[in-house]
Amino acid sequence: MSVELSTTVNGAPRHEVVEPRLLLVHYLRETLGLTGTHVGCDTSQCGACTVILDGAAVKSCTVLAVQADGHEVTTVEGLAAGEALHPLQEAFSTAHGLQCGYCTPGFLMAAAALLAENPDPSEEEVHRGIEGNLCRCTGYLNIVKAVLAAAATMRHGTASGSDR
Amino acid sequence: MTSTSLDPTTARFGIGQPVRRVEDRRFVMGRGRYVDDISLRHEAFAAVVRASSANARLQRVEVSAARSAPGVLAVLTGDDVLADGLAGLTAAAMPEDLGAPPGHRTFRPILATGRVRFAGEGIAFVVAETAADAADAAELVEVDYEPLGHVTDPLSAATPGAPQVHEDCPNGNRAWVLAFGDAEATAAAFESAPHVVSLRLENTRLTANPIEPRAALGEFDPARGTFMLYSSTQNPHGVRQQVAGLLKIPETSLRVVGPDVGGGFGMKADSYPEDALVCWASRRVGRPVKWVATRSESLLSDTGGRDQVVDGELALDERGKILAIRAHALHAVGAYIAPAGLVPSIFSSRFLPGAYDISTMHVVTEGMFTNTSPIGPYRGAGRPEAAYVTERLLDEAAQALGLDAVEIRRRNLIRPEDLPYETPTHFSYDSGDFPRVLERCAAEADWEGFPRRRAESEARGLRRGRGVAYYIEQGGVFNDRMELRFDPGGTVTVVAGTFSHGQGHETTYAQLVSEWLGVPFEQIRFVQGDTDMVPFGRGTVAARSSMIGGSALRRAADAVIERARPMAAELLEAAVEDVEFADRQFRVVGTRQGLSMMEVARAFYFPMGITDSFGVGLEGSGTWSTTPPNFPNGCHICEVEVDVGTGDVAVVAYTVVDDVGIVINPLICEGQVHGGLAQGLGQALLEHAAYDRDSGQLSSGTLGDYGMPRSKLMPPLRSLFEEIPCTTNPLGVKGVGEGATIGAPPAVMNAVLDALRPLGVAHLDMPATPDRIWAALAAAATAGAAGVQA
Ligand code: FES
Ligand code: FES
Repeated sequence: MSVELSTTVNGAPRHEVVEPRLLLVHYLRETLGLTGTHVGCDTSQCGACTVILDGAAVKSCTVLAVQADGHEVTTVEGLAAGEALHPLQEAFSTAHGLQCGYCTPGFLMAAAALLAENPDPSEEEVHRGIEGNLCRCTGYLNIVKAVLAAAATMRHGTASGSDR
Repeated sequence: MTSTSLDPTTARFGIGQPVRRVEDRRFVMGRGRYVDDISLRHEAFAAVVRASSANARLQRVEVSAARSAPGVLAVLTGDDVLADGLAGLTAAAMPEDLGAPPGHRTFRPILATGRVRFAGEGIAFVVAETAADAADAAELVEVDYEPLGHVTDPLSAATPGAPQVHEDCPNGNRAWVLAFGDAEATAAAFESAPHVVSLRLENTRLTANPIEPRAALGEFDPARGTFMLYSSTQNPHGVRQQVAGLLKIPETSLRVVGPDVGGGFGMKADSYPEDALVCWASRRVGRPVKWVATRSESLLSDTGGRDQVVDGELALDERGKILAIRAHALHAVGAYIAPAGLVPSIFSSRFLPGAYDISTMHVVTEGMFTNTSPIGPYRGAGRPEAAYVTERLLDEAAQALGLDAVEIRRRNLIRPEDLPYETPTHFSYDSGDFPRVLERCAAEADWEGFPRRRAESEARGLRRGRGVAYYIEQGGVFNDRMELRFDPGGTVTVVAGTFSHGQGHETTYAQLVSEWLGVPFEQIRFVQGDTDMVPFGRGTVAARSSMIGGSALRRAADAVIERARPMAAELLEAAVEDVEFADRQFRVVGTRQGLSMMEVARAFYFPMGITDSFGVGLEGSGTWSTTPPNFPNGCHICEVEVDVGTGDVAVVAYTVVDDVGIVINPLICEGQVHGGLAQGLGQALLEHAAYDRDSGQLSSGTLGDYGMPRSKLMPPLRSLFEEIPCTTNPLGVKGVGEGATIGAPPAVMNAVLDALRPLGVAHLDMPATPDRIWAALAAAATAGAAGVQA
């Protein structure tokens, strides 16, 4: 059995026929080829698969693709404006908030949702905003630093520096 | 000819600069390319049927239902492995290869044949049209077990009469027995010592848990009879060697590519059965085969780390000077010896004396087979075990002698004037200033100001403790090879034998090359991890890349300079002996007229003329070996607050001073300290890969059951460097990848015990979870009350 699915992904309308049991993360990765969203666990604990669904951060391994029908999804591929990095992407690099990069898309999307809701978070609020995400490489300190720096940049509307 | 002034980018991107990583852009844009992101035409998907029994004879493996399930292309079992004559995975080195008494070598079949030795061992490999079909069909494989009893921890494994993991092992469950030091002299020192302290310590079994699970994608090319394997590994050439061995094919018939790899921490240093299975299955079904571990599978089947029980003793004189150290360790090996399975036992033995002046010692390490997934190197690989013993014993001794914890270390650290220092375990420490690092850490952490902070915490109803630990380790193992290849445009490619999987080599190596050769940072390309493009390499493990990769790269740069010098002389119309390479350009000595390396490189690609004399192409390679190695070392001081009502521990302050020699990129080095610290704190406070003794099953089988550090665990951290150059490599560097994972567990446990000792808690094992602390406090209270009544 297959069902029709209409979504807007990173601003572009998508119409596909999918199996009802297909997870959103597999829809993004396999059906649409958007492999920036990663899978790190099978129990909804790592957050590597985090995307934004109608403005809220969700773990796309825990959402069925059909639940996104008629909704808007933003993935890490939709964060930058073309080749110009989003302030969060800039800040993650500047603050060395990533090492192997596998968890990074999930953190970026969780942080993007947090800053959309709370443009001036405290350090404590940043910790809470990323508590659903695991990183095994960075020890988190630089991730928190990056989110705070990006928040400041976004509030003041200044670019956080050129690319490298 | 242009006169090249010093490239302004060199100042920005050279050695010591916090250069932002080149790798980042693709990762933050979601353009990383990990194994699961690679799709080959007509690829099929595989699932592994895993043993549900810990130690059993396989009576029946029934696959017919699975074979006829929708989408299934093949179901392979141990019988097929035997029929095709595939080999088993075995140790790269055994004790006998290093001159020690022989151990019991094992061969792990890539699918169990007749027998399983741990819950999670692969029994069948199901290949199907989709990953879902493969997973569904795997459920249909029926297995009957005849249980043989099991042992899942090293102590039980050593008990006389314990169930045996390998019946043909002549020594019970003993895989090997290693000994270092002088048993008699040590016994004599203990007999006459005024003070002796002893502890039984558990070094908890851990799992690496990189966020990218293991994955492999294999493709057989019938036209050429060769295989292609994409693997999430730290060591593509090592995987090529091991998988070629398993498939019994020459290494020329296998190309291995490690694309972007989402962390490894030692766990991905060796190959696994699945690397061979996808290749073999691809040959059998005639299509590419992909396997990606679920997290549950990773937890079941990845190599574990640590898993050691040790009795340690320290003998001291009246002033707290160590007279001797002695230890007897049982170190789990798991159900089979992993290729690098011997490494933790060796390093945990050899680093027992640490950075202290201890000439009398004796350590015995028994490697014990257990019915668990194999033990392998995990960040630190044996050094954390060693430091934990010595540093916990030192705190115990400080208590017994009424000495301050920093003071007792001050009295025992090797003095800089005694370097080079030969340890009784045959290390020669070349450089460092251990007392200076200790004093700086104590000062930065305001060790003396602790009583005020303790009183302040107590006013808030919390118990405060402080802990210190000193670590030393070996950075780097084996040798490696690096290459520099210029192209006709004058830009250069670094061809690395090492393998970055998060460490930022693309950036670090480019910093070195731009500083040495003056090639603009942005024009340096990086290639690694493809056995067809990189002639040879040993990947990245054991904090080896800065020293071995960096030094080999220096040699490659020197080779390039030597090859380019005659060409430069020709272009400068000077005699070769009058041309020098200085300030990143070729110059006639005494003049300012110069040529950049890029200009000379371009001349090597002229289609005729000058190249007839000098040959076509500019490249150079270099090698470097770990002998002699380098010895990163450092001091950790932390403070904790314990809520005795709940047993919660919060690490509230943390200072690390590391001597990693010359720092090439402070941003990257600090990042290594942060990440290593998170793993060390995880071990001290949260993590435990636990097996249920009765059932032999892994009880920490999901991320919900295995305590992974999250951001809230991290303390405010000061990470500082004392750059004392290593004297045994041209860069003066020491490894940076492992130190924090080594220093943190003893520092944190010492602090927790410092907080709880006044309440009568004298001992705690890792992880210091709230329930354990609570139980220890309750036991101490009961004992205290009984003492009062008596
Ligand atoms: S993949 Fe781990 S939470 Fe979704
Ligand atoms: S950067 Fe590797 S898991 Fe976060």
